[in-house]
Amino acid sequence: MASDPRYVRRFSRTERTLHWVHASAFFVLLASGLILYLPSLSELVGRRPFVKDVHFDTALAWLVAIALVVALGDRRGLRRTLAELDAFDEDDRLWLRRIDRPQGRFNAGQKVNAALTAAFALLFTVSGFLLWYGERDHRFRFASTILLHDGLMYVSLVLLVGHLYLALIYPATRHALRGMTTGSVRRDWALQHHRKWVDEDG
Amino acid sequence: MDSPGETRRYGRRTFLAVTAAGLSSLAWGKPVWQAFSHATQPLQDALLPPGLLPDGWRIYTVAASMPRFDPGTWRLQIDGLVEQPQSLTYDELRRLPRAEQVSTFHCVTGWSVKNVRWAGVRFRDLLAPARPLANGTVLSFVSAEKPYVDTLTLRQAELHDAMLAYEMDGAPLAREHGAPVRVVIPEMYGYKNVKWVERITVADAVESGYWEQRGYDVDAWVGRSNGF
Ligand code: HEM
Ligand code: HEM
Repeated sequence: MASDPRYVRRFSRTERTLHWVHASAFFVLLASGLILYLPSLSELVGRRPFVKDVHFDTALAWLVAIALVVALGDRRGLRRTLAELDAFDEDDRLWLRRIDRPQGRFNAGQKVNAALTAAFALLFTVSGFLLWYGERDHRFRFASTILLHDGLMYVSLVLLVGHLYLALIYPATRHALRGMTTGSVRRDWALQHHRKWVDEDG
Repeated sequence: MDSPGETRRYGRRTFLAVTAAGLSSLAWGKPVWQAFSHATQPLQDALLPPGLLPDGWRIYTVAASMPRFDPGTWRLQIDGLVEQPQSLTYDELRRLPRAEQVSTFHCVTGWSVKNVRWAGVRFRDLLAPARPLANGTVLSFVSAEKPYVDTLTLRQAELHDAMLAYEMDGAPLAREHGAPVRVVIPEMYGYKNVKWVERITVADAVESGYWEQRGYDVDAWVGRSNGF
């Protein structure tokens, strides 16, 4: 695979594991959360205390799994990726203004998406634990906690629809899915979408 | 840096700005959201087909499934400290004096539904045929959803806008809202608004309801209880 010159390596095993752990937990949390949220689903499914437990236990499992992947995985690689996601150069800034410029390993839109995804994960966790703990200690119950949790759900849903469209449907970008599953992508595709990255890595 | 131009750390800036906005919203979220949704209500009514966005209700239940209402067998029992215990059919209940109101429903977890249209029976009218005894000062509501119970003092139940409701927003109470009848007491948080009521026992002492046994206040005044 790595030896095949037609392909370039895009995501390490650690990165792919992290992505799919995050994505799986997100879907379970979204589904169980919607059952708690939408009256029609609440009626259909019933068993609210059970669904609540599923939601909360998935949240715990998600945090533990993320921590494990980071602890056991290639941390140096993750730090490098983080630095790449953080840095916006002149081309990125122009790209965000819809000017076509060559992009690095992640385009500027992906960098923004990654920053939002990370911030939302933190905010989901804080608001979710406040919902849970506030039920046990009323000093930690705030009228706005549930609004934050619900608002995050709506905004994440919009991001997710865009993300899935680009990853699964839009012909120009859906080859990326190969990178997130097998780890590598076609060199010619990468040159077209992430030229500065391929040029750098050779 | 060998990349053209200057690189800027917009990634962490975005992360920190969104995190700060989100955390601070715990302080300003609800008032700002209420003002915003109030201001945009005409726009929402004009642009969005009804039913597209959730109507604001969350359905809180404690048992595995919701009670199902069968008009043929359903009865409302009124017993305890009364001279004449009652067993009302749905039709008999609907023939009692009808009251209507528009009020806001507040849940203790932070969400509210504004301007709900209720129709039902005031407790004074409901209890009159049973003739409560002088020492009967408390109403205990037993839900068909076991083991949900809660109580109101008679004075609370006789507030001008408390009722046993059988209609919501112009239609018979839906299953998930407590069909066929639920308590409505807008001054108190939702957990005092018992759904699927099947029995009202007149008593002389307040008992802890389902959520009160789990740490919530017995007198659940909106804005003045449960840590608010
Ligand atoms: C660490 C992460 C999370 C924790 C600890 C958490 C915890 C909770 C808790 C305790 C509740 C309240 C249940 C109740 O009392 O009714 C809740 C509700 C909910 N959660 Fe989460 N959650 C997390 C992540 C998520 C995610 C990622 C989503 C969706 C993408 C989500 C969607 C929802 C929804 C829609 C509700 C229903 C809120 C409502 O009734 O308005 N949660 N969550
Ligand atoms: C079936 C569901 C999903 C599929 C098929 C999918 C697919 C992908 C693919 C192909 C990439 C690599 C893009 C590239 O080559 O640059 C990627 C990256 C990424 N995914 Fe997903 N994903 C899914 C779910 C999710 C979910 C639920 C989240 C977060 C809530 C998420 C967050 C991300 C982030 C942050 C990246 C890094 C690049 C970026 O910021 O866009 N993904 N995903």
